[in-house]
Amino acid sequence: MSQDKFVASPTTRTPDVDLWSQLRRLTAARIGLPRTGASLATAPLLDFRLAHAQARDAVHAVLDVSALMVALQPLGLPALTLASAAADKHSFLMRPDLGRRLTVESRGTLTARATGNAACYDIVFVISDGLSARAVQSHAAPTLRETVPVLAAAGWRIAPLVIVRHGRVAIGDQIAGELRADCVIMLIGERPGLSAPDSMGAYITWRPDEGTSDADRNCISNIRPDGIGYNEAGFKLVHMLQAIKARRISGVQLKDESDLKAIDPAALNGGQP
Amino acid sequence: MYAATVGASRYLFPDLKALLAKATPARSGDALAGLGAASGEERVAAQFALADLPLTTFLNETVVPYEKDEVTRLIVDRHDRDAFAAIAHLTVGGLRDFLLSDQATTPVLTELAGGLTPEMAAAVTKISRLQDLMVIAAKCTVVTSFRNTIGLPGRLSVRLQPNHPTDDPRGIAASILDGLLLGAGDAVIGINPATDSPERTYALLSMLDDIRGKLDIPTQTCVLAHVTTTLDLIKRGAPVDLVFQSIAGTEAANRSFGINLGLLAEAREAALSLKRGTIGTDVMYFETGQGSALSANAHHGVDQQTLEARAYAVARAFSPLLVNSVVGFIGPEYLFDGKQITRAGLEDHCCGKLLGLPMGVDVCYTNHAEADQDDADALLALLTAANVNFVMGVPGADDVMLGYQSTSFHDALAMRDLLGRKAAPEFETWLARHGLFDDKHRIRPRELPADFRALLPPAAA
Repeated sequence: MSQDKFVASPTTRTPDVDLWSQLRRLTAARIGLPRTGASLATAPLLDFRLAHAQARDAVHAVLDVSALMVALQPLGLPALTLASAAADKHSFLMRPDLGRRLTVESRGTLTARATGNAACYDIVFVISDGLSARAVQSHAAPTLRETVPVLAAAGWRIAPLVIVRHGRVAIGDQIAGELRADCVIMLIGERPGLSAPDSMGAYITWRPDEGTSDADRNCISNIRPDGIGYNEAGFKLVHMLQAIKARRISGVQLKDESDLKAIDPAALNGGQP
Repeated sequence: MYAATVGASRYLFPDLKALLAKATPARSGDALAGLGAASGEERVAAQFALADLPLTTFLNETVVPYEKDEVTRLIVDRHDRDAFAAIAHLTVGGLRDFLLSDQATTPVLTELAGGLTPEMAAAVTKISRLQDLMVIAAKCTVVTSFRNTIGLPGRLSVRLQPNHPTDDPRGIAASILDGLLLGAGDAVIGINPATDSPERTYALLSMLDDIRGKLDIPTQTCVLAHVTTTLDLIKRGAPVDLVFQSIAGTEAANRSFGINLGLLAEAREAALSLKRGTIGTDVMYFETGQGSALSANAHHGVDQQTLEARAYAVARAFSPLLVNSVVGFIGPEYLFDGKQITRAGLEDHCCGKLLGLPMGVDVCYTNHAEADQDDADALLALLTAANVNFVMGVPGADDVMLGYQSTSFHDALAMRDLLGRKAAPEFETWLARHGLFDDKHRIRPRELPADFRALLPPAAA
């Protein structure tokens, strides 16, 4: 009887086991999975279920604002904490419109900050938990450390850092408007994937207003140590900002050409001496 | 003004778009837009009123003004009155009965496609059950070609989606290798790039073309960059098989994507000028999804399923090789859970097929939606039974770049086995030549075919 027993299927690819373990070093993708017939073997099936359970848990995690403030302190910028109109996680998930605007109280906080008629700032950095609090909790401060000092050295006037709970990308438009900042960068937790529950996106928009749409933004997504690292993200952001300020546009008309050029420090000031 | 009476209650619907919205089976996106029915009874009342609506109404009343929207103008100006004549006497309910009848054979439905407007297709699906959506769609055959033939009866093709978080060419090649071994890639080998950098897109296009050439794979490749990026790269001599673009059902939503009809036409002409298709000239690959117009605040008070069908009018103006509804990608604010995603996926497939499009569906869900692998399994099986042209193949169903769950190489293989579907014929011959079938003609790779070693990075080769 023993020769009739079913043998579990990792043997399907036994001849190439070494090959797949080598290839898996090149990508986090679930390649070379053991198979039984056409279907997944039990072990990778349960691995997948575990990852999904962890991602679901990440969606519902809560941003620790005070810990984030501490992490941001070395940047030497003042920081404001605001709230979107989405009062809780459920209304944030189901009502994107609420996540795109501030509460009346938060708006008042910003209005009080803004003075004069001319642009007060060249840029404002906004941080929001979005769909993964873990992403900005871990990656916002290190990314800003690669970005803020370079811009400050080039003379950019940087607004206070703004932390918004339960925000969507477009809430940055309102914040830039209230602070009279020419440009807004939104650092926001992206929807958690199975292999990456902590991916952060950076959305840059030049002079956002009521008519701003996603086509007017530039984005660097997947910022995390195993994706676009802090150093590379900082390089790309500075490069894009340099181009945006020089050309006074953002969005699909402006391509990410940072793979072509190194940063030209002289151009960081919008091409002006 | 449209109306229906249920018992003592009289329900009024001020215009066609309101009637369509109220008649739509419940979904979170229409609730978000404030367009859905207020009660179950109102919804069914609207369905009664919609069922009684003569199809000619759709030729006299637009849901988005003709003067304001180039998609409406496309729908109205390109409507095939001769094809419509066969159903001109019907109501929406009568159209449902006709589509399900034995008279509505595959050739009849093919002839009818140009006579249907997106709004008619959307309307008939709103009063249909899932089973109807499957039975009707299964009778529609839409065949397209470039280097192989997609959509033939008894076939299920797969887009091989080898995304990588940093577009690393070796990591992408490893995923392609895995997919090819499991019979995926006959629809397209298509990468979503992590950035919109033209240089990276160029490098990825060259890499894909190199792999396809080395292994002599009868398929097409694509980097799903913005159409403007692809257009510029065509001018620079990049090896572009297919032009990709996300599209939506209103001019304003398309503007938010940075596109218009003129730009799509220009890009198609550019791709055609390369003459890279060996057996066909279908050079466009479109993706869509319910909720995108609302997401761009460009929905004009129209429900998301009707707008999705209007996106198909955009697609069919450009003879696409592939149209893919990425049904669960947008998130729970538009499609809340597995039930809503399932319904939307079958609606999209049915509407697209009725309108004459080579429909595929990315059966997918995000981690903030109330859905899991069981929901994906169910929808994938229903779509395969309904003769979907193609589905996605992602390693282990986990897209490590886009951060969502799609269908895996294994999932597609299981459906081919379960429901007796084969790969595109040219691709099937290629798989056989590489010894990837077992003695029962099932795809069961045992060892790496010798020439597949060309895909391995130097260290592993």
